Amino acid sequence: MSLRIVVCVKYVPDATGDRHFADDLTVDRDDVDGLLSELDEYAVEQALQIADEADDAEITVLTVGPEDAKDALRKALSMGADKAVHVEDDDLHGTDVMGTSLVLAKAIEKTGYDLVICGMASTDGTMGVLPAILAERLNVPQVTLLSEVSVEGGAEGTVKGRRDGDTASEQLEAALPAVVSVTDQSGEARYPSFKGIMAAKKKPVEALELDDLDIDADEVGLEGAWTAVDSAAERPARTAGTIVKDEGEGGKQLAAFLAEQKFI
Amino acid sequence: MAEVLVYVDHVDGAVRKPTLELLTLARRIGEPVAVALGNGAADTAAALAEHGATRVLTADAPEFADYLVVPKVDALQAAYAAVSPVAVLVPSSAEGKEIAARLAVRIKSGIITDAVDLEAGDEGPVATQSAFAASFTTKSRITQGTPVITVKPNSAAVEAAPAAGAVEALEVSFSAAATGTKVVSRTPRESTGRPELTEAAIVVSGGRGVNGAENFSIIEKLADSLGAAVGASRAAVDAGWYPHSNQVGQTGKSVSPQLYIANGISGAIQHRAGMQTSKTIVAVNKDAEAPIFDLVDYGVVGDLFEVVPQLTQEIETRKG
Ligand SMILES: Cc1cc2nc3c(=O)[nH]c(=O)nc-3n(C[C@H](O)[C@H](O)[C@H](O)COP(=O)(O)OP(=O)(O)OC[C@H]3O[C@@H](n4cnc5c(N)ncnc54)[C@H](O)[C@@H]3O)c2cc1C
Ligand SMILES: Cc1cc2nc3c(=O)[nH]c(=O)nc-3n(C[C@H](O)[C@H](O)[C@H](O)COP(=O)(O)OP(=O)(O)OC[C@H]3O[C@@H](n4cnc5c(N)ncnc54)[C@H](O)[C@@H]3O)c2cc1C
Repeated sequence: MSLRIVVCVKYVPDATGDRHFADDLTVDRDDVDGLLSELDEYAVEQALQIADEADDAEITVLTVGPEDAKDALRKALSMGADKAVHVEDDDLHGTDVMGTSLVLAKAIEKTGYDLVICGMASTDGTMGVLPAILAERLNVPQVTLLSEVSVEGGAEGTVKGRRDGDTASEQLEAALPAVVSVTDQSGEARYPSFKGIMAAKKKPVEALELDDLDIDADEVGLEGAWTAVDSAAERPARTAGTIVKDEGEGGKQLAAFLAEQKFI
Repeated sequence: MAEVLVYVDHVDGAVRKPTLELLTLARRIGEPVAVALGNGAADTAAALAEHGATRVLTADAPEFADYLVVPKVDALQAAYAAVSPVAVLVPSSAEGKEIAARLAVRIKSGIITDAVDLEAGDEGPVATQSAFAASFTTKSRITQGTPVITVKPNSAAVEAAPAAGAVEALEVSFSAAATGTKVVSRTPRESTGRPELTEAAIVVSGGRGVNGAENFSIIEKLADSLGAAVGASRAAVDAGWYPHSNQVGQTGKSVSPQLYIANGISGAIQHRAGMQTSKTIVAVNKDAEAPIFDLVDYGVVGDLFEVVPQLTQEIETRKG
């Protein structure tokens, strides 16, 4: 049987743009360009490599996000994924991680899967917990934060990988189906080729709404969120420091500053 | 008084500093009850009692080391059921966040990750988070269930607050999911003898400007003269000059030391994301236009190969 891979990709505001919050304290998406979270490119790349190794595989890229999130799906399709699923619903505005994971889990189950691949963290929310939550919700093994990953034995096989933790590097193994997340150490993501970009235009993008997933509007969105943001304030700019040009005494001048600040 | 569950990060019984900081924050909300799991769990009690834990729930079983994350979730859930706390606090390590998140799903609670401060509030604990590479500060609450909050290192001072710290054995029955992901082998990271990057009071980092693995000895010498940890930019890590475990930034470690010294680092947004909340920031860079200078309290425009050795020499001289 074909190995069914679902890659979760997030559409995020460009980190190099002037990101800020909207009046309702959700992420302002109007004033900053959006794109496929760079860390999810690594997930797409590993999916493509695993599919290459497998006898027969199909890659679906999945996003929960606004209309423009289609751009993220197109990018992933142009890298080589086969088809896309886009969950879009006005009621999703302001959804927190519990709501997002509920929607993703239902959409993954509806799509059908043997392997789910996520990025290590989004570049906007940066929580880094969604893959673990998906594993909990789907009740399948969690094999996360891998800098190396491989699948053996197809859809009924096993996933193996290396997790470089704080105190040790671990070799992990689990039976499929499973949820995986990969880090930016897992290998450079490919650029879409011209052929890939042209082909992506013809690939199917399935649109789903909350109704299609049997999710009630009050389980998601700002109202349904289990967390509330009360305020968001721009961090005051750091007061301008002293900058000296090294004329041969730069190191000594710096030492004097550190001594004055009691670091020496 | 209401009890607050605190998940203990320890290595074979040695409690890591972020957990002691967590006890400081927990005492603002209620009486800390610590949960320590795995090898050496009971050995954590003395340090935890010293810093305010009224009880220390411990459990050890081979599952904690042999399988990923889920056995610890099972145990934390057992502690949650036994204590009925008003909040659950977990250190923001990669593993800590995953444990906290899965617990939150199970107990139907909201979760806040990477808090940098925590206060008691009328409607439950209020967490401060840094957003968008620390350019914003937000205040959030959990509105459903028992708040589950993970807290970053260096978010509070470690305070002595002696309490009973009575050790109690925690009964854990593992779920079917516990053995889902096997840890086939584990290679411990070799200790450098330097402070832990995320816990260090001073961090000295090198970037592309260091220009070679062999040159990192210049950075290490400066770090050692200050008793500091060594960090690196992704450019330096990607070039293979320094281990990824020392990377500072969005996809590396997030640090918030008293002093951060950036050498040959331009100050890209993804690097800033991991160091912008440092108390004092110093940079050495030969390009006066480098964005890192927008952040600094003190900057030297110059060649790091001149400035850094001179600085190290001067520190050694001053120390006498
Ligand atoms: C600054 C900030 C702070 C936030 N803090 C909290 C908080 O403390 N608690 C809370 O409940 N919510 C929080 N949120 C909301 C939360 O970020 C979103 O609900 C988000 O969809 C899930 O979290 P994440 O992006 O951080 O996921 P992460 O756990 O960082 O994402 C990991 C991976 O999950 C996948 N993924 C994540 N989102 C999607 C998606 N929409 N579609 C497809 N795949 C996806 C990707 O593969 C991604 O690489 C915060 C948002 C922001 C902007
Ligand atoms: C999704 C994503 C995640 C990322 N995560 C991270 C992360 O976690 N951490 C991180 O650091 N980056 C991260 N990056 C990369 C980041 O964008 C930058 O590319 C990186 O930080 C640059 O490293 P650098 O400052 O060392 O190199 P450069 O930007 O090349 O800067 C080198 C600096 O050294 C100076 N210099 C050169 N020679 C000397 C000398 N002899 N003396 C003094 N100064 C000298 C130069 O003037 C220059 O300013 C990420 C990028 C992406 C897209």
